Amino acid sequence: MSTTRPAPEVGDEDAGSSMWTSRLRRAWLKKLPPDKLLPDRQPAYVASWIYVFGVLTIAAFLVILVSGLVLAFAGPAWYHTSSLGRYTNSLHFWSVQLFFVFMVIHLWGKFWMAAWRGRRRLTWMTGVVAFLASIGTAFTGYLVQTNLDSQWISFEAKDGLNAVGIGAFFNVTDLGQMLLLHACLLPLVVGVITVWHLLLVRTRGVVPPIDAVDPTDVTDVTDVTDVTDTTVAPADSADMAVQGDAVPATQARP
Amino acid sequence: MDPTYLLAGVNDPARYLDWGWLSISVPNLIVILLMIALFGLAILLPFPKDRDKP
Repeated sequence: MSTTRPAPEVGDEDAGSSMWTSRLRRAWLKKLPPDKLLPDRQPAYVASWIYVFGVLTIAAFLVILVSGLVLAFAGPAWYHTSSLGRYTNSLHFWSVQLFFVFMVIHLWGKFWMAAWRGRRRLTWMTGVVAFLASIGTAFTGYLVQTNLDSQWISFEAKDGLNAVGIGAFFNVTDLGQMLLLHACLLPLVVGVITVWHLLLVRTRGVVPPIDAVDPTDVTDVTDVTDVTDTTVAPADSADMAVQGDAVPATQARP
Repeated sequence: MDPTYLLAGVNDPARYLDWGWLSISVPNLIVILLMIALFGLAILLPFPKDRDKP
């Protein structure tokens, strides 16, 4: 007598299984199917340089992570004295400058688009939290330079933080504590929130210009044929426009 | 204004510009102006067409 269940038919694996892994997989695929997670086509309005700054921010973040890992492993005796160490230190510093430049332009672009429209409030708020966490990460980075600058900044910051009543929770003059925050905790927070932010963007789609019909909001689309003729294509349909088909936002609403 | 005023080395202390209540370091001003310029260019410059599109 066998207690094993018969193998399910090919293509029917998910249908009857009530295991939590199966349910989670079905929920994930329903919410974010692979073609939505890694799309090769975008609505026409995405063909603008202003939509590039989000991914530029992520690119700068990756350079920061890699150069920061090298700095953390090799230590200050290396990055203060050797040529390659100084170069890596500078690469880390300047990629942070670019990270903030790109992120602020991304923020301006999304603010003027009112990018929280169309049930994208959580996307906006995860961006806000990522921005704040990035400021904390950069600040603690200035504190762990292990030079006169970092001593000066930490003692100025100590007085400032004590003056606003939050100096008891952490000690900005404690190098070990700041290194832990800068190299472990805060990058983890920024990384996790950034991934969440990205998944939300992929789930809800990129926000359309204010005058355009939101392709993810079917309640706005009364006649899909008319919409695709004059404006952006629906994000979920086979009629999705390829980049380069952009029309000015002023012509977007039929 | 002496043009070398804006060309301080990155290892020197930053120079500051003062207009009444507003005081800003030259490096910060340069970065802000650069961001505004990039923002304007990103809006105005046309995006390249998709080469794969027939």
